Amino acid sequence: MKRQGIAEALRDGIAEEMTRDSSVFCIGEDIGVPGGWGGAFTVTLGLSDKFPGRIIDTPIAELGFTGMAVGAAMMGMRPIADMQYGDFLFLASDQLINNAAKMRYMSGGTIKVPMVMRAPIGATGRGSQHAQSMERYFTGVPGLKVVAVSTAYDAKGILKAAVRDDNPVMIFEHKLLYGSKGARAEPGAVDATSDIPEEDYVVPLDRAVVRRDGQHVTILGWLLMAHFAAQAAEQLAKEGIEAEVIDVRSLSPIDYDTIGASIRKTGRVIIVEEGPKTGGVSAEIAAGIMEHCGESLQAPVVRVASPDVPVPFSPILENAYRPDVARIVAAARNLTQS
Amino acid sequence: MTTTSQSGAAHPAAPSSDRAFLLGLYQRIVLIREFEERVKFLFLEGTMPGTIHQCQGQEATAVGVCAALQAGDYITSTFRGHGHALAKGLSVQELLDELYGATTGCCKGKGGSMHMGNMDKGMVPGIAIVAGGIPLAAGMALAFKLQKKPQVVACFFGDGAVAEGAFHEGVNMAAIWNLPVVLVCENNLYGASTHIGKVMKNPKISDRAASYGFRGETVDGNDVLAVLAAAQRAVEECRAGKGPVLLELLTYRRTGHSRRDACHYQPKDEREAWFARDPITRFAEVLLARPDVKQADLDAIKAKIEAEIQTAVVNAQQAPQPTLANLTEDVFA
Ligand SMILES: Cc1ncc(C[n+]2csc(CCOP(=O)(O)OP(=O)(O)O)c2C)c(N)n1
Ligand SMILES: [Mg+2]
Repeated sequence: MKRQGIAEALRDGIAEEMTRDSSVFCIGEDIGVPGGWGGAFTVTLGLSDKFPGRIIDTPIAELGFTGMAVGAAMMGMRPIADMQYGDFLFLASDQLINNAAKMRYMSGGTIKVPMVMRAPIGATGRGSQHAQSMERYFTGVPGLKVVAVSTAYDAKGILKAAVRDDNPVMIFEHKLLYGSKGARAEPGAVDATSDIPEEDYVVPLDRAVVRRDGQHVTILGWLLMAHFAAQAAEQLAKEGIEAEVIDVRSLSPIDYDTIGASIRKTGRVIIVEEGPKTGGVSAEIAAGIMEHCGESLQAPVVRVASPDVPVPFSPILENAYRPDVARIVAAARNLTQS
Repeated sequence: MTTTSQSGAAHPAAPSSDRAFLLGLYQRIVLIREFEERVKFLFLEGTMPGTIHQCQGQEATAVGVCAALQAGDYITSTFRGHGHALAKGLSVQELLDELYGATTGCCKGKGGSMHMGNMDKGMVPGIAIVAGGIPLAAGMALAFKLQKKPQVVACFFGDGAVAEGAFHEGVNMAAIWNLPVVLVCENNLYGASTHIGKVMKNPKISDRAASYGFRGETVDGNDVLAVLAAAQRAVEECRAGKGPVLLELLTYRRTGHSRRDACHYQPKDEREAWFARDPITRFAEVLLARPDVKQADLDAIKAKIEAEIQTAVVNAQQAPQPTLANLTEDVFA
């Protein structure tokens, strides 16, 4: 067992997969430069020394290197692509959505695209173009698996499962959860460290996880919001409100077994999402809940999300943009009193 | 270093021998340096929020290009836009206010360091997506052409942008329609931590222009008069319907890519060689070679700038912060 943050756990997970399988390689911007940072958040730091030629630094060309990851995957490699900031996925999205996601289907089931795309998201004082919650744009794209990791344990296990999966998998990570160190440390970072076992393990790509048991209300979140939901639950417990906290983790597909079991127990649900409310993943989850266990609801679904605006720079506005513990607590109070 | 332009020779039409004009250029360059150094201090000290991408060492590119523009002309910029903004005439105050997230900032605190701009002063808020400003600038130039206006747009981007699809698409369309856009590539040898030698087979960026059928030139970007002269030629051609023009300005970033980056990927000898070619010291030498410029003149310029920045910092730290009502404003026109 060792205590690690997400960046370290991902680094070890990548290294172990590269050792295990020579077809695994990493591709992206500034990921292996000597004297550099190991990617924007230190995930690949030091790996270029360990795996010469297999940590591939690219020009600033997201569409290009993503397409190359797709092509290499079709030819039997298992690329792990690194998007420096999730916002740049818009540039890569043609290759991801039109090629990676559809290749299997268009080819009548003959082609495999076993690639991983990792991307950090989250509003972190950088302004509108380095802040967006990008998972909403990729959930619901048939042929893509989408996961979001909020603890170091999950990050490593999900990374490994994603590398071994024969389909394109997108892993979303949060800038405030990496636990990046030194000059790359993030102000406002939240502790997402875990005890990491020595032995090999995977975490399935299609399961949510209950982080805290409770019977009064279910709170769903992922990435930073899973942490804020857990913090809110602690406060609520002091008021006698027992919240069950679920880290949704798998955004496509969504695990309605785990979510449904909780809602059948609590009858009340709050979905917390960083990112504009309209058209978010929480909208999909809310609709799914209605279909899977709507009859168990004792009150309408509640969403706590960002307003429908671009991410503002000013810290005051950014803090108001990003759902926080206080808003979750208030929503839970309201809902349990209804 | 591959410098193909005639170094230092200003365009005949430029008032480049005019003392006041030259001291004005010097003032702008020093202003940018002092501004950036102060911002770095405020950031490291922890009082300034956000992230920063700074341009110490690259001041002459911004100043030389913007000095060739006229009122009514525009620039587009990047995440590294503080220098472009000051060169285009944005005030120290509106920039500092923006960096502090105040409502009096040039973008009301909504943009921040990576999105500095002010349309009244001819600067589109910085585009922080590498190369994202290139098609945009070409589009602005298309509008000028369709509107039969004489304006030009100078589009700043880095060496890293040349590898993006947006560069190719935007530049090609600017070329086929002869659009009035000066494509200003600030080649500082690095895109983030990556040296251009690793990501380009042909590192001479100005060569790209020929493949699209227009003119490009490589210029010593740390020589403000050389930049000015090249920019004046380019602007003139663009106004005459012979655009676009690609200017590759060779320069060097003295500071980190962003935040607390210690630049361990820049070799020491390379840093020293470029530090010896600093745009401020070089221009000061040119000026001091004139009989009518004394060191005291330059010192006075710097002292005045320091005082201006000091006042602006104090103001910015007390500038009005937004309220929640501001959060949902400005989404739609
Ligand atoms: C599309 C896109 N990809 C990656 C980045 C991250 N990034 C920001 S600046 C930068 C390097 C840009 O290099 P260059 O264009 O040479 O400009 P410089 O930083 O040298 O001014 C990178 C990779 C980005 N902002 N946008
Ligand atoms: Mg550069």
